[in-house]
Amino acid sequence: MGTGRKTIIVFSGEFDKVMAAFVIANGAAAMDDEVTMFFTFWGLNALRRPEKVTVNGKTLVQRAFAWMMPRGPERLSLSQMNFAGAGPKLMKRVMRQANVMPLQELITEAREQGVKMVACTMSMDVMGLLKEELIDGLEYAGVASYLADADQSNVNLFI
Amino acid sequence: MTVGTDDLKALTADQVVDARGTSCPGPILAAKKGIRTVPVGGVMEVLATDSGTLKDLPAWSAKMGHDFLGSLEEAGYLRLFLRKMK
Repeated sequence: MGTGRKTIIVFSGEFDKVMAAFVIANGAAAMDDEVTMFFTFWGLNALRRPEKVTVNGKTLVQRAFAWMMPRGPERLSLSQMNFAGAGPKLMKRVMRQANVMPLQELITEAREQGVKMVACTMSMDVMGLLKEELIDGLEYAGVASYLADADQSNVNLFI
Repeated sequence: MTVGTDDLKALTADQVVDARGTSCPGPILAAKKGIRTVPVGGVMEVLATDSGTLKDLPAWSAKMGHDFLGSLEEAGYLRLFLRKMK
């Protein structure tokens, strides 16, 4: 590794946008770049565990947030033509037919390629998400650590 | 540096990576995995059906410091060749 660095801010939590972020991250990693993905606000939902996680000490609002937001990559909606959940199903079928890697596989692949995935702790606080509710292997940090990586980067995306 | 069609046909690859049926970024991920076992100076052949690979594999090769040699079109798929340089 080490020919370059790419930083990607994943702010959006829609299936298609998260998909684009992981395609780019995997491509860059395959080209030997170091990649940092910084997940903030709705983007954090892509990192949620699919199962219900019971945690104590949440406020009512935080519990409501956790209940209303999608848990993990399989439950994300589309940014266009969502049609109350029918859109993502259709999109996934079309993608399967075109042999596009499913989002879950892209996430696994990114991890195997050493893509650094960072969860924004400020957003976690706002949305009431705890580490227990997110997948393993994440780093937890804030804007300074993202900016430190971005300083070393020659491509920076906000998705 | 690309080489002529006849030269490509005459090449014997040290490693053949079959990425047929995969879409972007599948062929590039397959190339990344496949190149590990190719000796320096050796040739890797990538089989692909995603036509974007015609642009993507040369770009990948240049970035990785390998020599993209060229491609051949077969019935229904592509054969792309590169030489591992380091």
